[in-house]
Formats: sequence, C-alpha cells, structure tokens
Amino acid sequence: MKKLLLSSIIVIIAFTFLGRLSYLQIFSFSPDQVLEDPAIKRVYDYPERGYIYDRNGKLLVGNDPAYDVMVIPREVRALDTLEFCNLLGIDKEKFSKELRKARIYSPRLPSVFVPQLSKEDYAKLQEKMRHYKGFYIQKRSLRYYDTNSAANVLGYISEVNERDLAKNPYYVQGELTGRTGVEKQYEDILRGRKGVQYIQKDRFNRDIGKYKDGILDTLPEQGMEINITLDKDLQEYGEKLMVGKRGGIVALEPSTGEILAMISGPTYDPSLLVGRERSKNYSALHYDSIAKPLFDRSILAEGSPGSPFKTLNALVALQEGVISPSTTVQCYNGFYVGRKKRGCHCGGGLRKLNDGIYKSCNAYFAATFRKIYEKYETTDQGMDVWEEHMKSFGLGQYLGYDLPTGRKGRIPSKEYYDKWYGDNRWAPSYIISNSIGQGEVAVTPIQLANMTAAIANRGFYYTPHILKKVEGKDISIPDFVEAKHTTIDKQHFEPIIQGMADVYEKGTAKWVQIPDVRIAGKTGTVENFTKIDSVRVQLTDHSVFVAFAPVEKPEIALAVYIENGYYGSRYAGHIASLLIEKYIKKEVTRTDLEKRMLERTLEYEYAKPYLGREFKINEYDWSQHSKPLEELISRE
Amino acid sequence: MSGKSVLKRVDWLTVLFYLLLVTIGWVNIYSSTFSESDSSIFDFGTLHGKQLFFIGASLASIVILLALEANFYERFSSLMYLISMVLLLGLFVFGKTIAGATSWYNLGFFNLQPSELAKVATAMALAKYLSDIQTDIKRRKDQLYAFGIILLPALLIIPQPDPGSALVFFSLSFVIFREGLPLYYLGIALLAILTFVTTLMFGTIWVVIFIALLLVLFFLLKNKKFKVPVFSLSLAVVVTILFSLSVNFVFNNVFEQRHRDRFSLWLRLEKDPGKLEQIRKTIGYNTYQSEKAIESGGFFGKGFLEGTRTKGDFVPEQHTDYIFSTVGEEWGFLGTSTVVVLFTLLLLRLVYLAERQKTDFSRMYGYGVVSILLIHYFINIGMVIGVLPTIGIPLPFFSYGGSGLLFFTILLFIFLKLDANRLKEGI
Repeated sequence: MKKLLLSSIIVIIAFTFLGRLSYLQIFSFSPDQVLEDPAIKRVYDYPERGYIYDRNGKLLVGNDPAYDVMVIPREVRALDTLEFCNLLGIDKEKFSKELRKARIYSPRLPSVFVPQLSKEDYAKLQEKMRHYKGFYIQKRSLRYYDTNSAANVLGYISEVNERDLAKNPYYVQGELTGRTGVEKQYEDILRGRKGVQYIQKDRFNRDIGKYKDGILDTLPEQGMEINITLDKDLQEYGEKLMVGKRGGIVALEPSTGEILAMISGPTYDPSLLVGRERSKNYSALHYDSIAKPLFDRSILAEGSPGSPFKTLNALVALQEGVISPSTTVQCYNGFYVGRKKRGCHCGGGLRKLNDGIYKSCNAYFAATFRKIYEKYETTDQGMDVWEEHMKSFGLGQYLGYDLPTGRKGRIPSKEYYDKWYGDNRWAPSYIISNSIGQGEVAVTPIQLANMTAAIANRGFYYTPHILKKVEGKDISIPDFVEAKHTTIDKQHFEPIIQGMADVYEKGTAKWVQIPDVRIAGKTGTVENFTKIDSVRVQLTDHSVFVAFAPVEKPEIALAVYIENGYYGSRYAGHIASLLIEKYIKKEVTRTDLEKRMLERTLEYEYAKPYLGREFKINEYDWSQHSKPLEELISRE
Repeated sequence: MSGKSVLKRVDWLTVLFYLLLVTIGWVNIYSSTFSESDSSIFDFGTLHGKQLFFIGASLASIVILLALEANFYERFSSLMYLISMVLLLGLFVFGKTIAGATSWYNLGFFNLQPSELAKVATAMALAKYLSDIQTDIKRRKDQLYAFGIILLPALLIIPQPDPGSALVFFSLSFVIFREGLPLYYLGIALLAILTFVTTLMFGTIWVVIFIALLLVLFFLLKNKKFKVPVFSLSLAVVVTILFSLSVNFVFNNVFEQRHRDRFSLWLRLEKDPGKLEQIRKTIGYNTYQSEKAIESGGFFGKGFLEGTRTKGDFVPEQHTDYIFSTVGEEWGFLGTSTVVVLFTLLLLRLVYLAERQKTDFSRMYGYGVVSILLIHYFINIGMVIGVLPTIGIPLPFFSYGGSGLLFFTILLFIFLKLDANRLKEGI
C-alpha cells in the first residue's frame, strides 16, 4: 500500500494533466485562432478610393491628400519647440497638451499630433521634418468634390459603425465606408481592396518583424473609377434653379433609363461632409427637421402625382377599349360624384381625349375612369385590371434602381380599400379622385419620371440607373439593358403624346415653349394638407410637371415636383422647360425666364405653417416670391 | 571503483529520460529566447547560449558524481545539510535580490541559489536520519525530529520570500510516510485541503450535505462486524464542519487581497466578467496568457520557432517558470503529452529504482528525489495549464536557470550513483 502510494499519485497527476491539456488543446482549440492572435498585428495599406466622373467624363469626386503629423512620444528628443510650433501653426501650450495626450494614450504607439495639414503647411514642414525625432507625417486621402451639387446622389463616406463591422468582416474599426448614395451602392468597386501586412508584435506592442516572413501579406488593389449617368452641367443647373424651393426633379434618358439629373431641394455642398468640420456640419444638416436637406426628395418623397396621372388613366382606358380618341364627355365646369360637384378648370364644354389632356379636364377623366370599371362585372375585377396596368409603369413598387434608398409609392388595390372602408363597402365613386391623380395614388419623382419615359418610348421603359461605366468600360447589368414593357399597346400612345404635345402648343403650358424643340408634357396641380396643432390645414398646391423632348425621338424625360409651387406651369413647368433647353441645346436662350426662376424662392410658402397666424394659400401674387423672407414674415 | 564498471551499472533508462528532457527543454528555451539577430546558438551572451553552457557543466558534474565514492554522500550528508543551512542564513546578510526574492548569492559569473543546494542536502539528511538504526518513526519524538529536518530549511526560505521552494521541502514528507508514518496524517491533510476548496467553491451547506451523504454511504456499505468508532467519527465530523465554517472567515479576513485573487482565479470563483477581466490583467495575467498560448497550439502546435505568442513574449517568465507554455504553443498536444509522459515514466522509473535499493539510506534518498521532482513538475505544469494557483517554481531539467539545472542533475545522479552501487553494498 505504502509502496504504491507515490506511484498512484504520479499516475493520477499524469491523467489529470493529459485531461486538462486535451481540453485546452483539442476541445477548446479553434483553427481561426491565428487571426485572433494578439501577437499578430495587421497593418493595412489603403488604396485610393475610386474617382467618380459624370456621363461626359467630367470629374465629380476625386481625392485630396491630407497630412497628419504623428508622434511617438518616447522617441521624441529635445527640439526647437518654437520653430516647430511656428511651422505647424500652433502655440506652445497646444504643443505640450497634445504631447501629453499622446503620452497618456501610449508612449510607444503613434498618435495623431496635428491632423490634416494643408498642402502648403506640409510643403513647409516636409524638409525640416528630419530634425524632429519622434514626429513623422502620415498621408491620408480625403474625398474631394469638384462640384457643389449632387450631394445626395453621390452620398458621403464615414467611419464604419458596430453594425457594419458585424455585417461585413472586411472592415475594421476606424475604416471608412460609403454611407449613402453612390458611395454606398458601389462601395465595393470604389473602395478597392486594402493590402494587409501581418506584423509580429511583442507584448509591449512593438513590431518585431514580419509574421512568417510575409507569406500571408497582400498588396492593395486600387479602387476603380466609375462614370455615373448624371450630366454634371444639367445637375448643377437644376440645383441652381431649385435654390429656395423644395421638391424633387428626376431627368432620365428614355432610350437607356440612365438618370441624367437627380435633384432634391434643398440640398447642400457635399464638401461639407469632409474634413475637420465634418461632424459639426453633419449635425447641422441632420437636425434641420424642417427643410431636411439630407432627405433625398427625388427618390424618397411620396406624393400625389396630380394631373400627369391622367395620361395613364387615358392609356388604360384606350387599352381596355372603353374609350376611343373621339369619345366625348360633357364638362359642366366640373363633374358629379353622387350629388357632390367636383370642380374643373378646363372652361367647360364638350371634351375629347386630345383637349381633355391639354386642357386637363377633370370631368373627362372622371368619366373615363368610371368606364374602366363599368367594363367589368364587379368593381373588384375592374380594380385588379387597373392596378395591373398601373404597376406595369413601375408605380407602387420599388423600381430596382441602383441607389441604396427608395420608396414604393402606392397604387391602391382592392385590398387597400377593403381595409380602409371594410370588405366591399366602397364603390368606384369613393376612389374617383384617383382619376385625376389625387386620392390614394402616391408616387416619387423618380417614378413619375420613369412613367414619363415609358410614354416617351411608346410603351416600355428601362430601369432607371446611375452607374454608367466602370474603369471606362460600359456596364452591362442585365436588369438595366432589358426593356420593361407596359401592358399598353404601342398604338394607344400616339393620341396621348399628341395631347401632351398640345399642352405646349395650346394648353396649360403654352407659355413655356422652347424655340425649335417640340416638347410633350403635362402639368399637375396637387392639393395638399398639413397638420398644424392637429388641425388639418390646406397649403398652397404643389406644382408638378412631367415632360419629354423631342417628341419624335425623346432624349430626355423628366418629372419636376415643386412643393407648394401652386399650379403646374408656374414653377415646375418653367423649371422643366429650362432643364430641357439646357440639356438639348446646351444653352439657355430665354434668359429672362431663367433669371426669374433663379431669383424666385418659395421660402415664404414654407414659412407659412410656422408663422403661428392665419395665412392665405394659392396666392397669385408673384411679388412674395422675390422679396426677402424677413420682410414678408413681419408685414403685420 | 572503476569508471567503466559504473558506466555498465548505471540505469541508462533514467539517463535517457534525463537527456531527452534536458534536450527538449533547451530547444524550447532556444525558441522562447532567440531573436533574429543572434549569430550562433553557442553565443553565451544569449540566454539559450548560457543554458547550453550549463548543460555542459551538468554533464561534467555527472562524470564527477559517478566517479566519487558512493558512501561519500551518506557520510557527508549531515555536513552538507549544515552548510546549506548556513548558506540559507547567510542570505539574510549577503543575499542578492532578483525579482523581489533575496534567494541568490552573486558569484560573479553566475548566481547561486542555496535553496537548490538545500533540497539535495535535506533529502540526504532526512534519508540519513530515518535510516539511522536509532530512529523509530512510530515514535512521536522521532516524527517531530524528522519533520524538523524538513521544516528548518522551509522556514529559512519562506521569508526570502520563496513559498514555492519552501513547499518543496514539505513534499519530502512522502519519504516519512513511505517509512512508516501513519497514513491518517496524510488523510487529515488531504481532508483539510478538500474541505477548504469545497467550502470556497460551494459553501458550508454543501460540505455538510456531502459529509452526510458520505456517512450514509459508510453505514450502508460497512461490514456488519465492523465496530464503529463513534467518538472519533463524530469528532472528525464536528471538526470538519467547524473548519469549513472558519474557512470563509479566514479567507475574507486573514488572507490578503492578492491571495484571495489567486484563489478566485484558480477555483473560478469570480463570475463578474468585469472583475474577471481585471484579475486577468493583473494577478492572473501570466496564467491567462499561458493558457491562451497553450490553447492556441492545438493538437499539432504551430511549429518550432513559429509560436507567435512565444515570440511576442506574451507569457511573462516564459523561458523560466512558464517554459511549458512554449511546448504547448509550438508543439501542440503532441508535445505537451510527450513531456508529461516522459516525466511520468522518469518518476515511475525512479520509484522502481528506489524500491530495489538494498540500503535504507539509498531507498529513502531515492524517495526524496522522486518527491522533489514530483512536486516541482506537479506544481509547475499545474500552474501553467491553470489547474493550480500561481506558485513560482521551475520545471526540472526544463526551465532556464543554470543553478537549477545543475542541482537537479546533482540530485538525480547522486541517486543513480547509489543505485549503480547497490549490489556492492552489504546489508
């Protein structure tokens, strides 16, 4: 017994150790440990982010070098502090403060001493740098904008957050990623791929050479440059016209679906979100909850389409065979829904399709809309058919364009009304407002523009998109080159387009013709409401306009949606015609009109709900649109 | 006695285990201390170079040890014991302090640690005393005397402070047990440790429940003829429960925070992740890092000189007390299990050798050697792999340190010399 005691203990210990070791090395071991190894530091070599050009090769976004002065506190030796401070443009107090801060962070590791020197300061400093031991300059690359427009389309980049890190293992803390717009959508292309060096560290975090002699290291891959479909000149011009107005403009090339301009008002200079002032500027934009400059109205603002929607109702009616171009409707300066009369501004009389469109007769389209339902036994069936036709224009759904945000808009279905009024407790008369683009239909400006492009193409559209070329080569994304056909046959478009052309020739937009360019368009005037202290209050109508030109071979189709701009041609029609002229003729000859549009602002309209007093809407007087806002507000 | 005959009779199996351990040890010291700039492995300016020098010195000492008369050791064991006690005392005056412990004499070219010498001397002195014809281990007085031989160096070493080395001397009590000390002494000691640990981990309630279960089991299984010593049993139960109750008091009021932290870490008592993180960064840093290093080795290890944590010096004291974590990281489970098996085989072989001795002195000294090696190996690896609390003690034949290697060699080869000589000695 006593002889065996020690031997037994030795064996028991052996088994205990082997058990523990197998637990540690076999059961707890996971093969990815090499990457989590704290002794291996990954040092990244960041490639330059890809440049962004417009459709004609004009630079929109590039990179600007910035220079950070770095310090490793324990390597700092005695230096001429005064001279050094002068070179950096800081005082001695700041010098000691920064050095202290760096030392507290880590005496061995580099800290940023002075961030983002300008090129000039850098040039001065560069040759003297070797005198200052422990300090060195690290080059960084910042986004540089060669335009002050398209902020929301281009988007911005910012540091990755927890969610990005969890979602994509590529990123590590402190890296930048596209946050909105093109920068986000094409992050992978623009970013390139960072190079990695694995560095062996000791426990003081000092480098002690390459891990495994660098066999795992990779070189950085440059970010690719891209061309986007925007026309820089058109975009900038549109944004100038939008100064002082709120709303969205989208211009498309109907033959390709390329987005020529995408304007949201109010906007901001994209350079604001770069550099030292970034966070301050971002807060200011983010917290502007009234004008919402970060809210891209061109793709996010859902609103009633107004009268441009009449063209679609007419197309559906033609396709369903319930009207022909010669069908007539009597307008009594309005029409009746039950016993209630709804107004019409067309002047009254016997209307056909053509003047129904160019005079924008509400009565004509209310009757047309009814005929669509009456064709079918039940309203439900009629509703389904109507909904299917409308959706074939890309309405009521995401269009599938290559930008990271968007809204579906709404084409109301029978389920929608069942939910609203109760099963089958609604009749066509309840939904008659949809005939003139009010009611429950909601669209975004890009959907409106796309719908117009489909009309311009006589029956099909291409998914709107923003990417044109990558590294100078045209992209071919199947979804963007394949035509999406509407449910309307080609021959039904001509009478509609004729009506829209006559809008310019003799209808609601005859004052905004462009010499030598035949335009087809449709005005819209959208009633809208807001709540002030939970009371529903009507505001000045939205001014809406859709158009394409030239009529025969359309090069541009666009939708202009100006909030509270009053009737359709007043703002939206003018702006649309200026944009078309700018795009097609490259030059605007109607300088008087241009000057008026540039100068006039709707700030007074936007201020009304916040004045805290009664206000009038739909005031015809232009004078309010050019006077300083302060004067208008304090007139009582 | 001719050297040739010694070479024939020496236990080559033990020598083989010894050489394997020393070689593997040095390879790992090389890995944990080398740097790209080293010119040659024989560069005595480097730590692995120095260690290589001491391996040479150890091999030389083996030749001398084997050449000496075998009965020289028994004869001079008392004197050596006396000398080593004087050297330990002398530390209070002339000692050199390294890493907070005044355990060394500075001899210029190397530092002598007299506690190493004392281990050899005490093992011999204890063997000598116990083998004396006058000594009867059943006698209380002789028991006390034997423990006195062990306790004296331990008491001299504790204030250095070097609790690890002090603990080594207690391990020599195995020798006394082997020679007839009633085993219940050991039983009581084990029971006390068990009660202490279970109380800290589960609380007194569970200790009581556990004892109750044991008693039930005992009465169910006992032989019917067995007469229950009711009084002693009840006394044992009461004392155990009282001891258990006192544990918490002692732990919270007598222990210092650093001791509490070590126990918290060892027994995984701390559940708050924030505090655990704190302990890992301070007192538990070494253990945490060495466990992680071993874990990262996996089954096959990262390969020789490829241990990233070893290269990065993440495990402090890696070439000395934590050398086993290098084995774990670079050689994986294959390496660690090989080392554990080698130590086990060596120790079992030594037990076997001790048991076959013809003289009491040789057998007892042999047991002393096994006890000393076992306690080092057990505490060191136990600490490195996180099953025992942190106690600074080297891994025999493995850890960097010239004086350590030399004395472990001396310790072992005195016994091999005795073993080689066993047939010559009369009974």
